[in-house]
Amino acid sequence: MAKMVELDQMEKHFRISKGMFDTSRQVVRAVDRVSFSIEEGEVVGLVGESGSGKTTLARVLLSLTKMTGGKAMIDGVDLSKATKKDLKKLHQEIAVVFQDPASNLNPRQTVESSIMRPMVIHGVPRSEARRKAKEVLDMVKMDQRYLDSYPHQLSGGQLQRIAIARALALSPKIMILDEPTSALDVSVQAQILNLLLDLQEKMHLTYLVITHDLNVIRYISDKIAVMYLGKLVEFGPTEEVTEHPKHPYTKGLMDAAPILDPRLRGRAKELMKGDPGSLINLGTGCRFYSRCKYATAECEKEDPKILNVGFGHQVSCVHPLQ
Amino acid sequence: MKETLLSLEHLSIDYKIKGGYLSAVHDVSMDLYPGEIFAVVGESGCGKSTVAHSIMRLLSGGNAKIEGKILFEGWDLRNYTEKEMEAVRGREIGMIFQNPLDSLNPVYTVGNQVSEAIMLDRVEKQEAMKRAIALFQDVKMPDAGERANSFPHELSGGMRQRVMIAMMLSRDPRLLIADEPTTALDVTIEAQILEIIKELKQTHNTAILMITHNFGLVAEAADKIAVMYAGEVVESGDVFEIFERPMHPYTKLLMQALPRKTKKEGRLQTIDGSVPRILDKKPGCRFANRCPYATETCRTQTPAVAQISETHRCRCFLAPDEIPSDRKGA
Repeated sequence: MAKMVELDQMEKHFRISKGMFDTSRQVVRAVDRVSFSIEEGEVVGLVGESGSGKTTLARVLLSLTKMTGGKAMIDGVDLSKATKKDLKKLHQEIAVVFQDPASNLNPRQTVESSIMRPMVIHGVPRSEARRKAKEVLDMVKMDQRYLDSYPHQLSGGQLQRIAIARALALSPKIMILDEPTSALDVSVQAQILNLLLDLQEKMHLTYLVITHDLNVIRYISDKIAVMYLGKLVEFGPTEEVTEHPKHPYTKGLMDAAPILDPRLRGRAKELMKGDPGSLINLGTGCRFYSRCKYATAECEKEDPKILNVGFGHQVSCVHPLQ
Repeated sequence: MKETLLSLEHLSIDYKIKGGYLSAVHDVSMDLYPGEIFAVVGESGCGKSTVAHSIMRLLSGGNAKIEGKILFEGWDLRNYTEKEMEAVRGREIGMIFQNPLDSLNPVYTVGNQVSEAIMLDRVEKQEAMKRAIALFQDVKMPDAGERANSFPHELSGGMRQRVMIAMMLSRDPRLLIADEPTTALDVTIEAQILEIIKELKQTHNTAILMITHNFGLVAEAADKIAVMYAGEVVESGDVFEIFERPMHPYTKLLMQALPRKTKKEGRLQTIDGSVPRILDKKPGCRFANRCPYATETCRTQTPAVAQISETHRCRCFLAPDEIPSDRKGA
């Protein structure tokens, strides 16, 4: 299988300054030397708490923001060396669906013109775009009569279907789904998750799903990437990561996730204390150090190396769990 | 037999809208006992927040038509004057909301705001601050003394919710209404807040009415559960019983829609159609248009609440007959 996305020590740092005479040079390491890859036709789930850098990582892949270091290859194109022409081609191949569909559909445009918009921008003739709009609407299992509707006439689930239809308009190879079901109710969430999986299987799409809902991630993804304060702490096949987490943070996250069965209420679990804290001017050493109960002096001193623990399972920890 | 703390009896709430009434809550009855977490779950628009707000009399007066009884320790809160209600709010019934930032004053320190609540009980200012800091320690606020001097914007979401819980605790209410208390928080913080709520139930014997759409929270903490759909409680009872043997078709489908498996085990159950807006109260079950088991009776007659066991109640014609669980949605 070909690698669709390949990140090698990818970095995105933001400089913050408090005015022109500020020489303190504070840096936010939003994404810090992250390496992992996504194979063609694979669903990778990216989890982490707010501020862990998961959305920043997605923004880099969508070239909405420029990375500051490392390398990112998308379908064979090096993002840092890409020409305008390369980028235009990439923008057709990579599509995105955001959390709140109501806020990213133009309230004054009909569903049809919203879906046609990306095609028109990419020079698809109008008649062709109109035909394709009907086709993608069909793919998300919505009736043709909604073509003339405006966003305010539709429910949350319907809006999310429109957003997915629009993402499909340019026949992408990769879809980035940023919290695709977080704003939806349980029954609608199930509809959207089923739809996304059907589309993925039928069209052999590659998904990067970003969410903080571990139950959703466990259901939908083949592999899971766990981020903590800008670092990738664990990466591997879904069952491996959820059932045999190696990083104390992943373990804590799995324990904290609410289970959907009251009989498991008394299960053994350890709750993490505190919260992730600030990303500003982090020194060396493991970033989970202050919350980790296994932490030793070694953890504070140096950055943990990436260990391979088998089955394609990687962990970045000095004392991985057994 | 324990005394009920809060009992809702046939509570119905209609909102006046252009051209008629919208039935937001219909014939809701439930009983809450001290030291119990009672979860009201349902999808958006099912009326769960309307129920919670009506208990505290927070619905805008002119627009809501309320029928039925809200009995708190046997007294109907609906007969209280506004002044009497003020004495109930905070002192007897505390409430926390989804977004604590909306409930905190941005220009006062959080210690100040909590001690203000304590001073309502005629406590000296310095003593009140001391108690506020003790409460911050109770809700596991790190560096409680220092944090008391912080302004709301300086705190994280989890910390702010802790401040709200501390403020609520300061009046030591008998009943806590928690309206989506952890929806805006990360899972790790959610778990911490949930622990505090569970502890509260154990140490203070507080009754907790938890309003949520998150079935994970319910499975994790609730003792009893009421499932609401289109303004009605369709099923209620012991949390273990409802999760293991749901009776109402809506509850059944919802349980199968939860992502509890991996995609290798098949697709999730979905419920076709959408929640109806109930404008005029016609006879018939409110779930009938989406129910795979609906019969002609369901469309023309309103189902009564069937008592399945001592606590388990279900509003469906088919209950308590076992509904075939292998049949997929129509």
